Amino acid sequence: MSTTTPVTTAPAKGTLVTGQSANVQRRARRSPLASFGLHATLVVASVVAVFPVLWVLLTSLKPAKYATTTDFVRETTLTNYTSLLSDTPFLTWFWNSLLIAGLSTVLGVFVAATTGYAISRFRFPGKRGLMWTLLITQMFPVAVLIVPIYNIMAKVGLLNQPMGLVITYLTISVPFCAWMMKGFFDGIPREIDESGQVDGLNPFGTFWRLVLPLAKPGIAVTAFYSFITAWGEVAYASAFLVGDENMTLAGGLQKFVNQYSSQWGPMAAASVLIAIPAGVFFVFAQRHLVAGMTAGATKG
Amino acid sequence: MAAADTGRPLVKAAGDDIVSRGPSRDAGRHTPGKGPGGLRRALSTHWYAWTMVAPVVVVIGVIIGYPLLRGIYLSLTDANERNVERTIGVNTIDATYQYVGLDNYVEAITGSQFLGTLGWTVVWTVACVSITFGLGMGLANMLNRRIAGRGLYRVLLVLPWAVPGFVSVFAWRFLYNTDNGLLNKILAGGGIDAVPWLNDPTWAKFAVISVNVWLGIPFMMVALLGGLQSIPSEMYEAAEMDGATAWQRFRHITLPGLRPVSTTVILLSTIWTFNMFPVIFLLTRGGPGDATQILVTQAYKFSFEISPRDFAQSSTWGVLILVLLLIFAVFYRRVLRKQGEVW
Repeated sequence: MSTTTPVTTAPAKGTLVTGQSANVQRRARRSPLASFGLHATLVVASVVAVFPVLWVLLTSLKPAKYATTTDFVRETTLTNYTSLLSDTPFLTWFWNSLLIAGLSTVLGVFVAATTGYAISRFRFPGKRGLMWTLLITQMFPVAVLIVPIYNIMAKVGLLNQPMGLVITYLTISVPFCAWMMKGFFDGIPREIDESGQVDGLNPFGTFWRLVLPLAKPGIAVTAFYSFITAWGEVAYASAFLVGDENMTLAGGLQKFVNQYSSQWGPMAAASVLIAIPAGVFFVFAQRHLVAGMTAGATKG
Repeated sequence: MAAADTGRPLVKAAGDDIVSRGPSRDAGRHTPGKGPGGLRRALSTHWYAWTMVAPVVVVIGVIIGYPLLRGIYLSLTDANERNVERTIGVNTIDATYQYVGLDNYVEAITGSQFLGTLGWTVVWTVACVSITFGLGMGLANMLNRRIAGRGLYRVLLVLPWAVPGFVSVFAWRFLYNTDNGLLNKILAGGGIDAVPWLNDPTWAKFAVISVNVWLGIPFMMVALLGGLQSIPSEMYEAAEMDGATAWQRFRHITLPGLRPVSTTVILLSTIWTFNMFPVIFLLTRGGPGDATQILVTQAYKFSFEISPRDFAQSSTWGVLILVLLLIFAVFYRRVLRKQGEVW
């Protein structure tokens, strides 16, 4: 216990510190002023975070002629949505996107998990090289890779195929995800692996039946990251896919933007529909985000 | 974990880990495996690890490795749209571009365009990363306190992450729109003239940085929040007993505790921001003029938007980007290692 000056002169956000007991409890009980400041800051930050998206949602519900008014709600209507769905192959694009993003997620999580596990548990020749490669891969600019990757895909006949994009997206998301998963597996005691071995499981069985189920938060984060990466990617999608029936939302909407550049209403409606699946995924994954990122980032 | 399947017993592996960080890390590490039969021996001990990383190695090797080599090769030639192999109708015209050595690099490094773009790219990266980190740190610290509605705040603050990039960029374009955008309408309400958010070089720079900060904060905040939660609360209690002020606690417990997380997220977000293609491309296309053009968007412009498309120039810039980032990563790591940080 101490009553040295630093405590009492602590500029703790204007608290009226009078006695020692108040000092000790300060972290638990905040002064009303500090509390107000905290909430005010968080509210402002939340508004800034949410507002642009919310504004698009509100705009999508206004008739086209009021699209640029400052009213929050005006003659709410769903015409933007109905015209979007009837005038564009929106649903086709949507399913294409869902297929590509879904496949990228499943494959990405699987591959990132095995790689992360190998890096975390085993010492093997090439490990350091692999870890550097994973880091360096993120440095090479997408813009410069597009043309050569396009040529490869054309040669092996994967152009305009969902699988071509899935493979490309794996190269974007897997390096980071593998690092995150490694951090995760580092946090799972090795005794678990050993007990699996004692029980006669082969290494792959140990990984699949014992370790992987424990890494669920990490998988949630990895899945979320892979999905978002694939779902929102524009450059590759618009370069590799041609024809309305093959487009993804991102690619298709780029066309849409060019055609209807001044039609904010339908664009807003499209944005909302695109954001929904990502949002649903987010709701499921967000509980795990903090725990998942910690392990990944700390020990990466 | 049986040594037969996983290469080495764990204790030894851990020891190796430390040794391998020394300067002579590769010397003698695999001596037992050298000589005839070494490969087979290595295969039998490491097959399992290698199998697990094989998919990644193959995919990265093909999809990144080949384009990388091809890019390096193209950067040493004068390839452009007119002299590469192309197909017109049924005829294939063979490539006629030539090897020009390091001319492209000399041209890029001595010319003003590359250095000018690099200057803005550095400003953009430093501004984005430092602002994002600062704000993310502040918000993470607030969210780490016991406070009513913490879960709700957290979901709302992470939301920008969940929105696909091009949707958020669209949202911001909508807000920034000079004639009809909400921001200018609000300003007009206050009697302030419309601001050409995306049409004036200085405002456009401000605009792209703010959008990127908006997009980047959730990642930063979540990572730092995770880091904060791994700092034992006993440390804070002990410090408080000893009479540490709030600032002292932050300075001497929070910051050191966040070091591992911070160093990683700063490295990653520097790399990502340096190459942040979508934000610039979708928001301003590098404009007005080339005011917001960063190296990546300019490289893209060389190979897709100008005529004739200049593949050599584009590849040169791409390789230079990679080299710059590599130098940064190695340097960054070395500084960390000097300070006793190892990863």
